[in-house]
Amino acid sequence: MSEQSVEEGNGRSSSWLRRIWNTTSVPVGAVLLAALIGAAILAISGANPLDAYAALIKGSFGDSAAVGRTLEKATPLIFSGLAVAFAFKAGLFNIGAQGQLLVGAIVAAYVGFSIEGLPAIIHAPLALIAGAAAGAIYGAFPGALKTYTGANEVITTIMLNYVAINLTDYLADGPWKDTTPGNVVARTPKIFDSAAIPFVGDIPIGFFIALLMAVITWWLLYKTTIGFEIRTVGLNPHAAKYAGIKVAFTVILTMTLSGLLAGMGGSIETQGIVGRYQPGFNANLGFDGITVALLGKTHPFGVIPAALLIGAMKAGSSQMQFSADVAKEITDVIMAFILFFVAADMIIRWILRTRAAEGEKITLSTGWGK
Amino acid sequence: MIIKDAPIVLETKGMTKRFPGVLANDHVDLKLHKGEILALLGENGAGKSTLMNMIYGLYHPDEGEIWIKGEKVRLNDPGDAIARGVGMVHQHFQLVPVMTVAENVMLGAEITRGLYLDQRTAVTKVHELSMQYGLEVDPTAVIEDLPVGTQQRVEIIKALYRNADILILDEPTAVLTPQEAHELFRIMNDLTEQGVSIIFITHKLKEVLAVADRVGVLRGGKYVGTADPKTATEASLAELMVGRKVILQVDKAKAQPGEPVLKVSDLVVKDDRDQIAVDGLSLEVHAGEILGVAGVQGNGQREFVEALTGLRPVVSGKAVIAGQDITHAPPRTITELGVAHIPEDREKHGLVMPYTLADNMVLNRYYQKPYANGIILNQEKIDQDGAALVEKYDVRTPSVYTPASSLSGGNKQKVIVAREFSREMKLLIANQPTRGIDVGSIEFIHNQIVAQRDEGVAVLLVSAELDEVLGLADRVAVIFDGRIVKTLSIAEATRERVGLLMAGSDA
Ligand SMILES: Nc1ncnc2c1ncn2[C@@H]1O[C@H](COP(=O)(O)OP(=O)(O)OP(=O)(O)O)[C@@H](O)[C@H]1O
Ligand SMILES: [Mg+2]
Repeated sequence: MSEQSVEEGNGRSSSWLRRIWNTTSVPVGAVLLAALIGAAILAISGANPLDAYAALIKGSFGDSAAVGRTLEKATPLIFSGLAVAFAFKAGLFNIGAQGQLLVGAIVAAYVGFSIEGLPAIIHAPLALIAGAAAGAIYGAFPGALKTYTGANEVITTIMLNYVAINLTDYLADGPWKDTTPGNVVARTPKIFDSAAIPFVGDIPIGFFIALLMAVITWWLLYKTTIGFEIRTVGLNPHAAKYAGIKVAFTVILTMTLSGLLAGMGGSIETQGIVGRYQPGFNANLGFDGITVALLGKTHPFGVIPAALLIGAMKAGSSQMQFSADVAKEITDVIMAFILFFVAADMIIRWILRTRAAEGEKITLSTGWGK
Repeated sequence: MIIKDAPIVLETKGMTKRFPGVLANDHVDLKLHKGEILALLGENGAGKSTLMNMIYGLYHPDEGEIWIKGEKVRLNDPGDAIARGVGMVHQHFQLVPVMTVAENVMLGAEITRGLYLDQRTAVTKVHELSMQYGLEVDPTAVIEDLPVGTQQRVEIIKALYRNADILILDEPTAVLTPQEAHELFRIMNDLTEQGVSIIFITHKLKEVLAVADRVGVLRGGKYVGTADPKTATEASLAELMVGRKVILQVDKAKAQPGEPVLKVSDLVVKDDRDQIAVDGLSLEVHAGEILGVAGVQGNGQREFVEALTGLRPVVSGKAVIAGQDITHAPPRTITELGVAHIPEDREKHGLVMPYTLADNMVLNRYYQKPYANGIILNQEKIDQDGAALVEKYDVRTPSVYTPASSLSGGNKQKVIVAREFSREMKLLIANQPTRGIDVGSIEFIHNQIVAQRDEGVAVLLVSAELDEVLGLADRVAVIFDGRIVKTLSIAEATRERVGLLMAGSDA
């Protein structure tokens, strides 16, 4: 895995400017290329790409309300991006961030609307933790399935997404349905104000919690023995076993913590933005986490700018539709291309002519077994 | 063979290659004549593989020229090298395990008829090649069912299939049994008689004297000299390589064995295919002695060692270390009993390639003080102690922050040795401890093993090198078909006798 050699390889070497270039060139190139293709599509369909992009930027960073909107959109993506990136460090592909996020979102809503009379200082954290715990348990499942039955986590997490979607739909339309007279849609009651996570000005406090979680994730991965174990399992499970690391336990732990991050994203979406659980409101937040994680090179700190970028596109797309008269779905197209290009990084490398450092390219041939 | 007058087929002029912090090749001039076997010698990290990778188009020289058959060439990738008749066999084979020999050979150079792969022609062609060069192999066999030596032959056929007449073999004998190595030498001779020129890298000086027509030596990235194997000796080659006299014999006092540290009785272990590989094995290793396990590879050595170190489940029987039953213990329990383990496959078990050397040096004690405080890693201490080990074990690397992946093969091995030797131990389990290591470092590692023994450590040495076993061990246990067939004192263990026992005959 080339990115990891770059990243873990010379953590403390002198040429760190070069290192930054090596790690950022592909994501930056991918974004630019995707934007270019987006522009071409806009032009072909008769719109002015410059106007459209200007409107997009205005809608996402134009004023403090726009910035607030961007942060609002970016916040859950930081969580789901961290969840995917974190699992990736142990060599696990958690496609299930979506399901874990939904479960977290509805459990946070339940704690938010069902308990009355708690002070905010207790109620809000309680709902947050409950959602995170629900996500953690939901993430632990596929981890346990993998270790005890060998079931591939990609498949099980995809399937558990459907379970989560249907389960939350059922709860929101059944036992936990909003029974306010006149309500016909599937949704839970509104959470009490004491469970809400407020804004400071235009900025959602959830955003700062997301930043904090990114730092904690980074610290856990790179500064602790637990992170050492997780990364070792991800990079070489055989060596991990040799080193006495409990690989099975580490896999379950990683999936649990990954689910916790996603679940916490769901809580914050419920408590900070939506104010209740309503099916459809969290659609794709978990899936977009995959894009965010890959674009952020699966590093906790890479996830933040990646989430901000995707968040900005989501925040600005309405403005773009409104003032440049182009369908806002163009941002989805651009996002899809970004994902395509970061995944197929050879294309970007070829365009930028940045060879993967020679050592990485052919570790197969430096002598006695590499 | 009149090599001197044979035309030059390959020449490098002033080849220079820098890696961050390393001058891997420093103006190397190398000549290869038609039909000769040129042995390339050099210490670990001398730059042999780097030079070969440039000739094969995998690395690009910073300076210098490559001339092939009288023409100056620019090689962008291996495709260019192959087009000029250069073939290379890497240590780690690049074969698809689930495909047949013929399929592997034609991979990337498929013969097609319309949309269909022409398997039959491929099979015929492989068969023809194997007849022509005496490379016996069944074209329809599936790779994963073949022994290592045969897989290597497939790699050679792959090169020949692409019309290679300059063949680079990078440490081909490191994983071969002596018999397989002999077979390889015969093949190499056949090839040269038909006009193929060969560059052959090895650390085994005996092999050089046996097969090479000429010897080139690299030291610290520079080409330091050419030797004639007819007049050279192992000692003179070693000196040329290392730049000082190397003592090839291990010098050690008589062992003072104490209490048994490892007791194994009737151990049964299965291999990856669920076949019994260790079949009722019993042995004892005492404190202060080296027990050498001699045997042809594939007689259960790997499974035995993996079972002892907790990496492989035990079917039945018992293993006791320092009085504790470890038959079903996990690796960490065993490590913490004071067991050091140099694994056979350093790539698979021994190292995490993208990790720095420092992190690799603490791979199995990262969680202990002083490297961790609770769950918090003390990176500063890890790096500091890593640097000290790099110094002490003479690991050739620009720094302790270098990823293990960019070390030369032998230096990777030294990292593992350094890690395992630098902690308190009661039992050392060393499986092929000097594979791929240069003579100077072998001397060092052997002395370290003996020093540990003299401190009272019990040493279980498993090696495919009979010389290594006979040179180091105080007692020799011969393994055959998953069992110890005989244990001899070193005085009784003559080459002939051990050789016969290894072959399964009752000597
Ligand atoms: N991809 C790489 N990146 C950085 N440094 C490298 C890389 N490949 C090799 N080196 C360095 O170049 C030097 C020469 O390495 P090389 O692999 O050519 O040695 P070698 O002679 O083949 O040694 P060995 O006998 O141990 O295989 C070493 O110091 C090594 O650390
Ligand atoms: Mg080498």
